[in-house]
Amino acid sequence: MNGFVENLPLLSVVTFTPLLGVLLLLTIRADDPEIVARNSRWVALWVTLGTFLASLLLWTNFDSGTADFQFVEQAAWFPTFGISYHMGVDGISMLFVILSTFLMPICVLASWDAIKTRVREYMISFLILETMMIGMFCALDMVLFYVFFEGVLIPMFLIIGIWGGARRVYAAFKFFLYTLMGSVLLLVAILAMYFTAGTTDIPTLMTTSFPFQMQFWLWLGLFASFAVKVPMWPVHTWLPDAHVQAPTAGSVILAGVLLKMGAYGFLRFSMPMLPLASEYFTPLVYGLSIIAVIYTSLVALAQEDMKKLIAYSSVAHMGFVTVGIFAATQQAVQGAIYQMLSHGVVSGALFLCVGVVYDRLHTREISRYGGLVNNMPKYACVFMLMMMASVGLPGTAGFVGEFLILTGVFQVNTWVALFTATGVILGATYMLYLYRRVIYGELTKEDLKGMLDLSRREIVIFAPLCIVVMWMGVYPMSFLSVMDVSVAKLVADYHNAIDAQAAATGLVDGVRLALGR
Amino acid sequence: METAAVFLPLVGAMIAGFFGRQIGDRASQIVTCLGVGSAAVLSIPLFFDVAVGGNERVITIMNWINSGTFETAWALRFDTLSAVMVMTVTCVSSLIHVYSIGYMSHDDSKPRFMAYLSLFTFAMLMLVTSDNLVQLFFGWEGVGVVSYLLIGFWFKKPTANAAAIKAFVVNRVGDFGFLLGIFGIYMVFDAVTFDTVFNAVDAHKDDTVTFFGIEGHALTLICLLLFVGAMGKSAQLLLHTWLPDAMEGPTPVSALIHAATMVTAGVFLVARMSPLFEYAPSALEVVTIVGASTAFFAATIGCVQTDIKRVIAYSTCSQLGYMFFACGVGAYPAAIFHLMTHAWFKALLFLGSGSVIHAMSDEQDMRKMGGIWKHIKVTYAMMWIGTLALVAVPPFAGYYSKDMILEAAYGAHTSVGQYAFIMGIGAALLTAFYSGRLLFMTFHGEPRADKETMDHVHESPLVMTLPLAGLAIGAIFAGMLGYDLFIGDGRVEFWRDALAVVGEDPIEAAHHVPTWVVWSPMVVTVLGLGLSFHMYMRRPEIPGRLAAQFPGVYQFLLNKWYFDELYDFLFVRPAFWIGNFLWKRGDEGTIDRFGPDGVSASIIAGARRLGAVQSGYLYHYAFAMIIGIALFVSWIVVGG
Repeated sequence: MNGFVENLPLLSVVTFTPLLGVLLLLTIRADDPEIVARNSRWVALWVTLGTFLASLLLWTNFDSGTADFQFVEQAAWFPTFGISYHMGVDGISMLFVILSTFLMPICVLASWDAIKTRVREYMISFLILETMMIGMFCALDMVLFYVFFEGVLIPMFLIIGIWGGARRVYAAFKFFLYTLMGSVLLLVAILAMYFTAGTTDIPTLMTTSFPFQMQFWLWLGLFASFAVKVPMWPVHTWLPDAHVQAPTAGSVILAGVLLKMGAYGFLRFSMPMLPLASEYFTPLVYGLSIIAVIYTSLVALAQEDMKKLIAYSSVAHMGFVTVGIFAATQQAVQGAIYQMLSHGVVSGALFLCVGVVYDRLHTREISRYGGLVNNMPKYACVFMLMMMASVGLPGTAGFVGEFLILTGVFQVNTWVALFTATGVILGATYMLYLYRRVIYGELTKEDLKGMLDLSRREIVIFAPLCIVVMWMGVYPMSFLSVMDVSVAKLVADYHNAIDAQAAATGLVDGVRLALGR
Repeated sequence: METAAVFLPLVGAMIAGFFGRQIGDRASQIVTCLGVGSAAVLSIPLFFDVAVGGNERVITIMNWINSGTFETAWALRFDTLSAVMVMTVTCVSSLIHVYSIGYMSHDDSKPRFMAYLSLFTFAMLMLVTSDNLVQLFFGWEGVGVVSYLLIGFWFKKPTANAAAIKAFVVNRVGDFGFLLGIFGIYMVFDAVTFDTVFNAVDAHKDDTVTFFGIEGHALTLICLLLFVGAMGKSAQLLLHTWLPDAMEGPTPVSALIHAATMVTAGVFLVARMSPLFEYAPSALEVVTIVGASTAFFAATIGCVQTDIKRVIAYSTCSQLGYMFFACGVGAYPAAIFHLMTHAWFKALLFLGSGSVIHAMSDEQDMRKMGGIWKHIKVTYAMMWIGTLALVAVPPFAGYYSKDMILEAAYGAHTSVGQYAFIMGIGAALLTAFYSGRLLFMTFHGEPRADKETMDHVHESPLVMTLPLAGLAIGAIFAGMLGYDLFIGDGRVEFWRDALAVVGEDPIEAAHHVPTWVVWSPMVVTVLGLGLSFHMYMRRPEIPGRLAAQFPGVYQFLLNKWYFDELYDFLFVRPAFWIGNFLWKRGDEGTIDRFGPDGVSASIIAGARRLGAVQSGYLYHYAFAMIIGIALFVSWIVVGG
């Protein structure tokens, strides 16, 4: 078994299995659209489940004692330019692959009844999306990364634009406009790095030291792209619209995985390749993140649309993440990664919760609901758990990340920790307020009285999410130990680079002093 | 055994919570009572083994969060302090469980209620047996969230929902300080486990740090931050507003939250962290002042409230103030002793008032009671026992602990100690007054309820009165039995390292105060009871006349010093207003307007203009081409 797994190009298998699924979907031939739809659903479900199981092999065979890239595959692609098909994962990226493959079958199930038109095309979009997401987390070549990174946008654009709500076209264009603007600058930065270093190989670039002037501009180029994806304030306004218009499963992937791409970019590129610029711009990131936490939490408080509220809360949670990454201590960075994983599960689950009632009443307006606990107790229970995870209750997934981030940040900058920690209070406020308006109270509205509790399919969707949320809260070591060494190396390299630079400048100053100039 | 004592309530809660519908009401009640009851039974030998026998131990269950040098584990720490807390919590809680069977007998969701109660007990046990600050925070937040669920138990009532959210959010404000305190401890000590931190106190006692631009003594800043957390949980002045509203929950909830458990968590935290607080004298002064002020402030409000449960709620608030200023003057044993005795008699008072409410067909307003003592004699007797313990009449439990606190405050011979003593004596007077008022208004005088209610007045069933009797035994004997161990001659042997004392022992000093100090609490208690007897029994028209004569004072007290209104004005409304403003004016009005919408609008406008170029006339195009060629050629010529 082990020998078999070792010889298998596991990453490529995991990445491209969904594409095989697409081929399979294209072969479905039937006259009755109903049959096509049904078969598409089942094929998509089995393919995504298979991908998930295959990705678990990554975890079981992962060596958490080393910070090197594992499961590495390399093949020449454009040898003239030194561009290769180079794949591999380390402790930082591996769990994101698992997160993506874990959420996918859930998304397929969540779309089971909700999507009624062009089901096959819908599933194809999702499977392509999956390949792109996994590939992005595994890519070890900048060009390859760029292809996957941008490739993600296309199926997402289609999912929002075709299966979205009433204002889907506006949302899709806004989404595209924002992300495209960043992408162009990312491409320029990649080209600049290529022309300087002569390679697009990520591990090589990590050991290349660029001069500060160059880091400065490269960092800004990368930042333009990643900040939009995170999203950081003030380039976050595409997110609420995209979420509101996207179908439920689209929101789950958007919040669960796509938002992590920007922060992953910071961890994979900005920090290790451009440490001096990262340090230089840290105050900027702090500032924008703190604004994000406080600003969007307050905005979330004022929302009347459930999805918008959760979308804004996502921006606030991602504010924690960016603060954590740039604080660059072991706890803060580990916390940031953990927060991303837990937010992926929790916000995904919250969007599914919205989806449950949306499927029944076809509105997301909070004021249309109230008193659901009376006829949907199971739903109320799941929603409660996810809400508590979202506000960072100890014992749930949300706490560990938030707590580690703040612990780490406090060691570096107490002010930043203070302001970021206000999110702990504000987060509780808007979530409890939402829960109260939707779930609690008297069941008075006529159209709510007929609503049924979670169906069996919905229970199957939520059960794994609930288990993971509790598991991540009670025994986070399963996840933390995976990333431990990789994060330690990232943090150490980062500080070494800065110290070396400081020593060099110090030396120059010393020489100047000695020469009496 | 230790693990079972902590986790059995959780098991009960899970069975009742997840399978309550399947196994039915009765089974849910039995299983939760069994869970907590067995924990209580186990806690007694544990207490004797750990506290009396001196077998302290830490049981590590598994790792929790490790990251770099940051390490925490799930672990149960049993020393004298936690053994006392575990015994108090489980014993009182199991009586409350039994009582709930009777009290909630007309409710639709009994399994849910029992599950919440047990879960609450579990969270509290995790809090008190924690081995590190993070697990303590787990229990801390755990009791917070279950209290949110319990206060909002009757989720159809909008007031209950509002009170639940208020409790959670106000607590979160305190938690915010607590969290920062934990970060500070990690920063200074590089650890969050109690033993490691306490052993390193000596090395760090003179450290200075800069938090938020304030450079200062590290331990003082840390202790102040931790105390903010304690203020939130223990409803001290400024963060007390959630507590009276928490009365929206069913009565056993109030008993559980107020008596043995949640609100005393703050006092427990200060006692637990006493090795740090002892090196932070300025922080202790703050603790003393806040505690003493709360003791007095809450008592003034208690004098005019008309809801029977709210009177007791403010009384709790006030008693917690006593515990805090005891900590503040370094008399931690006295604080924990009072915490323990208070758990018994305050639970008794709450459950007793629940029995009254039950008898009065869910009426809580004391103005609509009166003259019922003949009908519910058992409850009446129980309420008297609770009251006598509260107002500190010997030999009831409160006498031993409260007097010691006052003497310790006086014996501290510091200005804040004097302040605390004066406030404490004042509060004792008011306590006696409002307690007497409660009894006389509720049980004596002319019946003020309507006839139908009066006809229904009946004694509660045994399942409710037996727990009352159990609590009454505690309220009578807990003081005299515990005196020697907790604050008497056996105290050094009893507490060992669980509570720190640096320098002179304040309890020792308390034993040597002048005689008038020893007697003064007794005197004001008699005065207070006498005054209430005069005003509510002999001359019942006096209170109304007083209220009419001093409407300002009366309104001020009745409206709880207008804290709710103030906070509403300062925080709640602005938060919503700002949120709306940022959304409409910030996101939509500025970012979108000049960002994507603006860009797309100008692109469309540009495209229109560009579209106008495509006129369709051949000569337009030919002209453009010629210009283009001309430019191209000249560029080659000049540039080449």
